[in-house]
Amino acid sequence: MGTPLLRIEDVSVHFPVRKGLLQRQVAEVRAVEKVTLALQKGEAFGLVGESGCGKTTLARTVLRLIDPTEGEIWFDGQNITSLSGNALFPYRERVAAIFQDPFSSLNPRQKAGRILSEVLQVHRYKGDIRTRVEELLNICGLPPRFVDLYPHQMSGGQRQRVGIARALALEPELIVCDEAVSALDVSIQAQIINLLEDLRVKLNLTYLFIGHDLSVVRHLCDRVAVMYLGRVMETAGSEELFANPQHPYTRALIDAVPDPDPDPLAEATRAHSSLGGEIPSPLNPPSGCVFHTRCPIAMERCTAEIPPLESVTKAHEAACFATTPTTETTTTTNGR
Amino acid sequence: MPLLVVENLSISLFDEGHETQLVDRISYQVEQGETLAIVGESGSGKSLSSLSVMGLLAKELRVTSGRIMLDGEDLLSLSSEEMRQRRGRDLSMVFQEPMTSLNPVRTIGSQIMESIEENLGFSRSAARTRAIELLQEVGMADAERRLRQYPHHFSGGMRQRVMIAIALAANPKLIIADEPTTALDVTIQAQILELMTRLCREHGTALVLITHNLGIVARYAQRVTVMYGGRIVEAGRAVDLYHRPRHPYTEGLLRSVPRLDQDRTQPLRPIQGSPADPFMKITGCRFHPRCPYAAPVCRETKPAFEAGAACHFPLNQESRDAS
Repeated sequence: MGTPLLRIEDVSVHFPVRKGLLQRQVAEVRAVEKVTLALQKGEAFGLVGESGCGKTTLARTVLRLIDPTEGEIWFDGQNITSLSGNALFPYRERVAAIFQDPFSSLNPRQKAGRILSEVLQVHRYKGDIRTRVEELLNICGLPPRFVDLYPHQMSGGQRQRVGIARALALEPELIVCDEAVSALDVSIQAQIINLLEDLRVKLNLTYLFIGHDLSVVRHLCDRVAVMYLGRVMETAGSEELFANPQHPYTRALIDAVPDPDPDPLAEATRAHSSLGGEIPSPLNPPSGCVFHTRCPIAMERCTAEIPPLESVTKAHEAACFATTPTTETTTTTNGR
Repeated sequence: MPLLVVENLSISLFDEGHETQLVDRISYQVEQGETLAIVGESGSGKSLSSLSVMGLLAKELRVTSGRIMLDGEDLLSLSSEEMRQRRGRDLSMVFQEPMTSLNPVRTIGSQIMESIEENLGFSRSAARTRAIELLQEVGMADAERRLRQYPHHFSGGMRQRVMIAIALAANPKLIIADEPTTALDVTIQAQILELMTRLCREHGTALVLITHNLGIVARYAQRVTVMYGGRIVEAGRAVDLYHRPRHPYTEGLLRSVPRLDQDRTQPLRPIQGSPADPFMKITGCRFHPRCPYAAPVCRETKPAFEAGAACHFPLNQESRDAS
């Protein structure tokens, strides 16, 4: 593998909490804490976790909508962490985003044609804008008449297609999908997932896919990182992570996925342990391993020391003292 | 006798003298203590039909036909005052957004106690004791202190626990839960659903679980009713529905959900098109524009609901009859 397309290195994002007349900083929300990830060109990388885990903050940092407190972001061999203003322009052409709610991310007063042509104009598109707009609608499965429709005249799925078309307008290499299919109806969700998959192959795209639905992430992504309270708990190839989860949090997340099979036999064989407790506040995260307050196998050591992210096998890392890092071939017994 | 009988229920929207039918003659029953799931996408009419059971339809919406019988009593014939008395006491509801369904400027305690005092005629102090019991029952530690706190002190999952405590307060016969976990995190979702189904089982309370998530239904409901475009398209035991769906829409829904035990390299096989728009006239079977099996008859004649499905060409006929 060559240089990764996107490299997130030791990135932390802290938000100050200010109070009082003088706006003195009284506390700090540690939204993202020392995260390191690398995305190869053409892969779909999933970022999963519950609310407050920092996945969206990390995505926005990659989009350079939030500045990291520490760490660096490298794109295609260039450090983009401190670029600003016009210097960011080329980066913004190569990186695009698709958001969760197409109703609030599209301007309600603009027709689809305008929404798409605006992006092209801002970035001084050289060719014929009208042709390009129709071409964009077409690759997203919408007929040309959509040029003249307002967002409210479309269904949720159609709106998301316009959102995707807008993301594709400048032929980006990396697309950050923040809960891109979460707000859609089940039948529509599947259509959009298929569209995203087709586009990735057709246009050789790289995805950073943020989601909370594990079955969607597993389906769409080649590799997955699990986040909890700002930290990466585990990362592995998609198949490997779900077949052989190492971190107790990953295991709990997988167990919580409702399986559409009411067969009592299939049910009985499942480890049916729903995770107790609540997600602690990122304002005041637990000491040591942030997961220890909810962990079924927490030891004394976990309350004091932060477990480092260590290789379990090749391309599989977990941050847990209970997983024994072994060299080469391991067949662990704690699958589901 | 079933606890709840909904018969031929139709609901229409009246807007400036123009009528749009949103729910089209649906019928279903809920037995005492059982969990029934109603599944459908947006616009299927699943929430409207349950709001009408609660007597909470908005002004512009009216029931145009049918009966809703709770324990032998026709709820539609009751005055709004009589209906208000039934709510909380005989039937109660848990909504999707625990953030918006609790009053932000009143303590949790006063909101739970209100329901107890109102419906059971308890004194202040007796209501307080009962409120503490209820909070403990829904798994809240330090219940006494929690009673004095406001909704913003609680996380989403905790607020939903409070809502469940309020719903259970007067020991109703029926609880309707409309997407109770959709706004919650995955691990909290599992906690809440397990809690809700366990408490309903213990109290002998019937539960109607309205959801768009087929996965949830599988684990927690015995029977499932699938709605599409304001009609019931399929109903039956959860096991049958999952293994041998009869309606092409149910089959499509099942195929649309990615599963953890599936080969990831296979593309999903979603239903084509968009959910039926209630403002658009669709003749015959409302699913026909999206149905892969549609024949001319589907465009012309509305299929009757027979043997568990409303379809001219039901699937899995032989295997279902054999079982």
